[in-house]
Amino acid sequence: MSLDQNEISKLARLARINVADSETEELSQRIGDILDMVDVMQAVDTSNVVAMANPHDAVQRLRADEVSETNQRDHFQTIAPQTEDGLYLVPQVIE
Amino acid sequence: MEWEVVIGLEVHVQLNTKTKIFSGSSTAFGAAPNTQASAVDLALPGTLPVLNEQALKKAILFGLAIDADICMASVFDRKNYFYPDLPKGYQTTQMDFPIVGPGIVTINLADGSSRDIRVHHAHLEEDAGKSLHEDYRGMTGIDLNRAGTPLIEIVSEPDLRSAEEAVAYLRKIHSIVTYLDISDGDMSQGSLRCDANVSVRPKGQAEYGTRAEIKNINSFRFVERAIKVETQRQIELIEDGGKVKQETRLYDSDKNETRGMRSKEEANDYRYFPCPDLLPVVIEQDLVDQLKTTMPELPDAKRQRFEQAYGLSSYDAALLTTERAIADYFEAAADAAGDAKLAANWVNGELSAALNRDSLGIAISPVSASQLGGLIQRIVDNSISGKIAKQVFEALWNGEGDSADAIIDSKGLKQVSDTGALGAMVDDVLAANPDQVEQFRGADEGKRKKMLGYFVGQIMKASKGQANPGVINKLLNEKLGS
Repeated sequence: MSLDQNEISKLARLARINVADSETEELSQRIGDILDMVDVMQAVDTSNVVAMANPHDAVQRLRADEVSETNQRDHFQTIAPQTEDGLYLVPQVIE
Repeated sequence: MEWEVVIGLEVHVQLNTKTKIFSGSSTAFGAAPNTQASAVDLALPGTLPVLNEQALKKAILFGLAIDADICMASVFDRKNYFYPDLPKGYQTTQMDFPIVGPGIVTINLADGSSRDIRVHHAHLEEDAGKSLHEDYRGMTGIDLNRAGTPLIEIVSEPDLRSAEEAVAYLRKIHSIVTYLDISDGDMSQGSLRCDANVSVRPKGQAEYGTRAEIKNINSFRFVERAIKVETQRQIELIEDGGKVKQETRLYDSDKNETRGMRSKEEANDYRYFPCPDLLPVVIEQDLVDQLKTTMPELPDAKRQRFEQAYGLSSYDAALLTTERAIADYFEAAADAAGDAKLAANWVNGELSAALNRDSLGIAISPVSASQLGGLIQRIVDNSISGKIAKQVFEALWNGEGDSADAIIDSKGLKQVSDTGALGAMVDDVLAANPDQVEQFRGADEGKRKKMLGYFVGQIMKASKGQANPGVINKLLNEKLGS
């Protein structure tokens, strides 16, 4: 199975990855190989197998509902490109 | 053509836990921006989520309240999309194995009837942060204090058939979550908000029409108006030969219209997959059983009890049980007053009007339940009339005394039943109105009744409302010789 250029561009856009036109053919080939492998796995009869959400044979631990975090805003904001009034500033997004 | 509207609601409820769903950051309201956003909430590399036990328990309580199956091994998934107030690039939510399975919410309609609405499922997820688009010179400000606040999203089946039913459903969800004390239910602060899926079809047609989703409606009134205006838009569109497009729309309350959101075609390609950072959430039956024992009396059960135990009308009982705080207040006032029906009238009448007038919640009512109960006692034992009671209530409301008795004493409002004092008043009024007395004596039985009201009114006026009407009637009848 292979993906056409449009599908590659769409995937790249969804993942916010810049893909040059010159790369799409190779990517299409490589993702196609992965999908071929998925096809092989699809052939296995799994009708009696319960879906597995996680490979670990363990269950989720729970946390008591108690505040354990302190305010470290100033510390965190030293690595932010831009802040103001305690807010992180980002390029404008309006729907 | 006759049209039928089909509505399904997705209701988001913020759970009132102390901390976030996956981190130990506080969820307290009103903190300075980003002071309650920890490394986990900011999605800094190397951090891992750990599920909040209370969020899980509160979700299970909701499931039990709507008689749903609880999923004994639920799974968290990632819903992928990019937006600045979602630092991880995905929302942690539940897709295939939500904590709460199918259930039923019974809605109560204005005509007194009720109807069962099916809930498809309810799942746990995290809230996003907030984007502030103004005041930052073309930039957007991001506050991540809300990021990671636990939510349950309650998804109904498309069972609702009118805007009114949708509001009734939302009100019932609000009642249930506040009764359970799993959310403060404060819509003005976004603790409860909903998306409405609306479509229309010719009445009688089995298949559904194409639906539009109205996003993020945050008041009962707007839910009703948004659905009505969207229904009308779809009907007009179809009748003009157009087609409804499946899309997301926003409700503009100022213009009372819905507008399509500009969104790219692939915006809804969320690429869900199980979250590898979280293990399946396995619940023991013991936990479910233990939570069952902590369930409070729910609105429907309370309403029935109020009707049966207190002899209230279903209308009064429904009003009193919409909020647990109101129901508790009523019960305390009724106990103190010794007259439940009168207590119901006062809570639904005078008290609720005063709370509305001053925009107060019942929890901070200036007149306490025991004060109101004390006031009602004085009506019951004829110390004051209903009219004077309203004056006393206002005085209590304004803090002019600690109890109804104190105010009645200090203002000298006690009802006058003394025959001597009232007799003098009756004589004065009769002497001042010789013409009316003449007419009365000449009138027949039927007219006399009406005319008697005139004299009673005059005497009440002279006594500033404090005369006992029963005694006045008796005295008038004697003196007029009727």
